[in-house]
Amino acid sequence: MASAVDLHVKSPDDIVSSMSPHLYGIQRVRKETEDTFTLELQEKSGRHKLSFAPGQFNMVYVFGVGEVPISISGDPASPVLVHTTRAVGTVTRVMSKLRRGDMLGIRGPFGTAWPVAEARGHDVVIVAGGIGLAPLRPSLYEVLSHREDFGKVVLLYGTRTPSDILFREELEQWRARFDLEVHVTVDRADSGWRGNVGVVTTLIHKAPFDPQRTVAMVCGPEVMMRFAALELVKRGVSAGAISLSMERNMKCGIGLCGHCQFGPFFVCKDGPVFRYSRIKDLLTKWEI
Amino acid sequence: METLERILAEHQFFKDLAEPYLQLATGCASNIRFEPDQFIFREGEEADQFYLIRQGRVALQIFAPDRGAITIETLTEGDILGWSWLIPPYNWHFDARALEVTRAIALDGKCLRRKCEEDHNLGYELLKRFAHIIEQRLESTRLQILDIYGVRS
Repeated sequence: MASAVDLHVKSPDDIVSSMSPHLYGIQRVRKETEDTFTLELQEKSGRHKLSFAPGQFNMVYVFGVGEVPISISGDPASPVLVHTTRAVGTVTRVMSKLRRGDMLGIRGPFGTAWPVAEARGHDVVIVAGGIGLAPLRPSLYEVLSHREDFGKVVLLYGTRTPSDILFREELEQWRARFDLEVHVTVDRADSGWRGNVGVVTTLIHKAPFDPQRTVAMVCGPEVMMRFAALELVKRGVSAGAISLSMERNMKCGIGLCGHCQFGPFFVCKDGPVFRYSRIKDLLTKWEI
Repeated sequence: METLERILAEHQFFKDLAEPYLQLATGCASNIRFEPDQFIFREGEEADQFYLIRQGRVALQIFAPDRGAITIETLTEGDILGWSWLIPPYNWHFDARALEVTRAIALDGKCLRRKCEEDHNLGYELLKRFAHIIEQRLESTRLQILDIYGVRS
């Protein structure tokens, strides 16, 4: 829990270092859906090696426009930094127009991670909604790279329409694996869609996992996460074995500015990944 | 070989139903198979059956002249399809179409309805079980209406 003491544990040097962006060049831009894109970035000086844990985020600065928090969506084992985001605000709209060779400022990585290590020896259930698949993808990469260490692995993914499905090719590859169960559902579809229609929470009660030995990771819109967590608990997964990734207005990234306060927590420092047991009472409060 | 009675007894919907009622339901049940794109029922038709899906995928659809068939939800293995046989005027409100080869157990709703009128304990049991399904579908429909995936940036 954040406290006055916590706010002063960082040394002035640490704070300066955390607040100074590193220069990254765009190597590749990939359009995922109508309004979602992925950037592959490489650090310019070669001196800053960014290592991150699945679930963490960076503050991404578009020069002269502004800085936004974006989860890392790439493979933790890859030297390329990958961010996937939706063009919704001033900064991300400009970002969506950047091309190969353009530069960005990167601060991070910040925040808490998905409990991948803790999930070893357990079944893993990943529930993603919309662009929430992006922050979960690194955890899936990590699980799949040590596949024998885990029990059943299930990915449940819901989007608005078939054209909103992220990482489509990769989903097909994952679906073809025998050691990974992938179920995709959409909210709306015409008769051309042969897959599931319905919210992602409807997939939980039939998914093949043992609730007593399952670690669940959930990311998506807050309402979706709330109902997904309730459904997982209904299946028998304990609240402490469910993690959610919260989204707030992160600014400094190190728990100093208070922009991302969420009850007694700062999402940038105490989150973005929280145990459901820790925050479930906050999720239903109108004002916190 | 699995008998119909055993399949029904092991299904969540019929779980812990009293033995005589289970036998009665079995008497009203038969195996059925639908080919891809085959309609299981059409909007407006008389609703005299419901289905326990054993394998496959079924789309509940509504037809709009300017948009064609719109899928409202899909049902898969283990799901119950259809409750209009329980509620007057006993007509289907949507189309149900198999999206792939679908195997199901069809239950004679007309027969069960008559039995429910004669035995209110059976009627109450079935209504409780259908109320649970209706509540789940209503909740997911509400979430669909919220269009939740458009919110997160």
